[in-house]
Amino acid sequence: MSESGVPPATVAELQTAARQIRQDVIRMTYHAGSGHPGGNLSVADLITALVFHELRLDPEHPDWPDRDRLVLSKGHAAPALYSALAHRGFFDPSSLLTLREIGSPLQGIVDRRKLPGVEASTGGPGQGLGMAVGIALDARLAKRPSRVYAIVGDGECESGLTWEALLAGGRYGLDNLVVFVDRNDPDPDRGTGNRMGLEPLADKLRAFRYDTLEIDGHQFPAIFEGLARARATKGRPSAIIARTVKGKGVSFMENQDAWHARPPNREEAERALAELGGRP
Amino acid sequence: MVERKSASLAEAYSQALVELGERDPTVVALDADTSGARAGAAFEKRFPDRFWDLGMMESTLMTIASGLALGGRTVYASTIAVFAAGAAYDAVRQSVCYNRANVKIVATHGGLLVGGDGATRQMLEDIALMRSLPGMTVIVPGDAPTARTAVLDIASFDGPAYVRLTRENLPVLTDGTFTLGHAAQLREGSDLTIVAIGAMLARALDVAEELHQAGVEARVLDFASIKPADEKTLIQAARDTGAILTMEEHNVLTGLGTLVASATATTQPVPVRQVGVPDLFGESGDPWKLLDHYGLSQKHALDEAWGLLKLRGKVS
Ligand SMILES: Cc1ncc(C[n+]2csc(CCOP(=O)(O)OP(=O)(O)O)c2C)c(N)n1
Repeated sequence: MSESGVPPATVAELQTAARQIRQDVIRMTYHAGSGHPGGNLSVADLITALVFHELRLDPEHPDWPDRDRLVLSKGHAAPALYSALAHRGFFDPSSLLTLREIGSPLQGIVDRRKLPGVEASTGGPGQGLGMAVGIALDARLAKRPSRVYAIVGDGECESGLTWEALLAGGRYGLDNLVVFVDRNDPDPDRGTGNRMGLEPLADKLRAFRYDTLEIDGHQFPAIFEGLARARATKGRPSAIIARTVKGKGVSFMENQDAWHARPPNREEAERALAELGGRP
Repeated sequence: MVERKSASLAEAYSQALVELGERDPTVVALDADTSGARAGAAFEKRFPDRFWDLGMMESTLMTIASGLALGGRTVYASTIAVFAAGAAYDAVRQSVCYNRANVKIVATHGGLLVGGDGATRQMLEDIALMRSLPGMTVIVPGDAPTARTAVLDIASFDGPAYVRLTRENLPVLTDGTFTLGHAAQLREGSDLTIVAIGAMLARALDVAEELHQAGVEARVLDFASIKPADEKTLIQAARDTGAILTMEEHNVLTGLGTLVASATATTQPVPVRQVGVPDLFGESGDPWKLLDHYGLSQKHALDEAWGLLKLRGKVS
């Protein structure tokens, strides 16, 4: 057992699952000819930890009322979530390559009415987080054991709506709510949607009454320590700032703004997949 | 179908903005982060201290723009249409329009042609929202030369304006002789009138050409100036041709079609049929295929045109 209480064998399995998701992200965005590789690769480990380990889900009964909820507020990380849901058994992974095609439930940005397993149709910055606050309030009111996990982008934190939602979550002391910030653009002079400089972000979140932790968002033991601490926190919500690398796992995409919203071409996809140990 | 050269409307805006900056030192510009596709980049390079990129703060983009304008500046504020007219609506309504601030909103990425990102990015209600705002001027250029002229023209009056651009390059159809409040006639005809905006303008001309091959002459009006609307030209067209087909990349309940129907109803009522997006959200897909998928195809427009001609007894 590691400190996080997660056995090393499990960590190894999760690493394999995360690699699969990264490969799928490359295949899907290449195939669709559009999408956001950078911000999908940065959250792949968080999504893996949540969907494959932390969340109580039942793929056979996606609307089981007592399930935990993952709200992907940065809804453009759709391909990473789709891959995780498919491999977790929510739907057949063979449909992943229909991403962004007419008629496909795999919308470019997550759509709850089209795909089981998606909890909220998001996209407008801060709106998914507000919905997560509402879902957490609802669970508390209904005395359901459900925990609610929201993933927001750091660019998304520029939006006033994000702070309004954070304020509400703190005010209502939602200890069933965990907010992950995918902190993949720490440099205010570069990166997508981070012009205003967010630091000191942890201090801000603490001031908004969140139990706040900063972790390495690519290390499973660290993610699980954060999740365990969040579970033990009573009377207020938790915020976990996950320091991540945009484009993580593909050397030529890492920390390169250009890969925010540009799909790989064939040659780039092949190179990326080779690095990720996958077949084209 | 006629082969035509295509050009980017956003690029036309970008260049016109630099021209305006050269001409008039009171012109300033702001963007809200549009993911690398920032229309103001050239202006920023030329006039770094007259430009601000506010990041993903679309409502605040409008409030700050308004504040700058109240000080006597001409302010160009640009972002993606769904945020400019949707996310920031209340700020546009209150800070810009109610204050009558001299803010020119240039919205990129209008309509279904956004493509892959799907419904949340495909603005199909902005004509309705912006046209309903008192004092707002609304323009939907059908090609890059018109976009250029429109962007330059709106600097000449003191008051708010909304210009809707399209992300995809569009065929060049005009020499850019755009006049606010005037519907340009791009093709003469007396059997039917087709009124079109934006990306549908080229399709309207193609439909008119097909009808011509079949011996029917359709008049084509470019209705880029949505507000003020050229009601006189519409009523004349209704009188001359007896039937109107409208073509737009917008929800049919609240866009060009309803404008044309209500403008003609009072004095010269004629059948008006609409080609546009039904009362639905968009979805992900190849941009041009999406137009066809949602009923904006040339074929569908042609069917509607024949339907009108039959209704008027012009063909059997
Ligand atoms: C209101 C709004 N403005 C602009 C955009 C365009 N946009 C899509 S993703 C993105 C960057 C988001 O940054 P972040 O939340 O940090 O996501 P990541 O970098 O992790 O992909 C932007 C500006 C948008 N989706 N919504």
